[in-house]
Amino acid sequence: MTAIALLRIRNLTAVVMLAGIFSLLSAGLFTVMDAVDVAFTEAAVGAGISTVLLLGTLALVGREEKAPDRHPVLPFFVVLVTGAALVYGTLDMPPFGDPGNPIHHHVAPRYLEESGHEIGIPNVVTSVLASYRGYDTLGEITVVFTAVVGVLLLMATRRRRWPEEGPGDDDGG
Amino acid sequence: MEDRVILRVGAKILIPHILLFALYVQFHGDYGPGGGFQAGVIFASAFILYALIFGLADAKRVLPLRFASFCAALGVVMFAGVGVATLLMGGVFLEYGVLRHDPEHGQHLGILLVELGVFTTVFGSMVAIFYSFAGRRKGRS
Repeated sequence: MTAIALLRIRNLTAVVMLAGIFSLLSAGLFTVMDAVDVAFTEAAVGAGISTVLLLGTLALVGREEKAPDRHPVLPFFVVLVTGAALVYGTLDMPPFGDPGNPIHHHVAPRYLEESGHEIGIPNVVTSVLASYRGYDTLGEITVVFTAVVGVLLLMATRRRRWPEEGPGDDDGG
Repeated sequence: MEDRVILRVGAKILIPHILLFALYVQFHGDYGPGGGFQAGVIFASAFILYALIFGLADAKRVLPLRFASFCAALGVVMFAGVGVATLLMGGVFLEYGVLRHDPEHGQHLGILLVELGVFTTVFGSMVAIFYSFAGRRKGRS
């Protein structure tokens, strides 16, 4: 419902608020599925920080979306076909919650059984993220660092060197 | 928002608790949900709340942009430094077991340091990104 409202509304402030609500609802969904760490991240990042950042962007670009000048028939068709293909793809996936699924028989049992002795930390998620998958986490924070470098280069520079820049090149967002 | 008394007082009450909760999430991440990433975001949100209520200039006096971006880099260095330390101590990259005589203690120490690195990077990045969005004036066009 929130997603549909997101698509229909043209007032961008309301859209940002709805996106925050959508994030919070997904966080609740993750909690229901026992993924507390993911829910935590979703609530903090999705509903918290990104809402603030989007509002900050709106302060820069204005808060009304322009009405589209033609009917988006072709994009709608493409989205429909892609969505149908994705749904068709999920038919091949093993049923949700089945203990015989491959994901429960690869490395997960070893993590669950051995991490208590090997790492000595009750929260298996932390063990996996920080120790077993340390490389991934290192890569992850490198991505965060790269993102901040990019944002700083794009946004935080004062425009001193090209004072005669045309007004059309000034979109910056 | 200089004259909004309720917002100012409310923020002053909330911010210490947010900071404390972030530290709790950070150091309790081994036992409950949470960890460096979430804690960094929460810690940053305290500063963002401060900037929203008291203005960007005051927030930048508390925590300059240079320091935030320094934090973002420092965390990556910390994380990779743990890996290099384990290399130097005879293990493979990010093998925390060699940090202490007892491998389990080594794992504890390694995870603590690594989570601290994640925390520092995420905190610095979030604050720096917010500063650069909020600090930019609306374009002249």
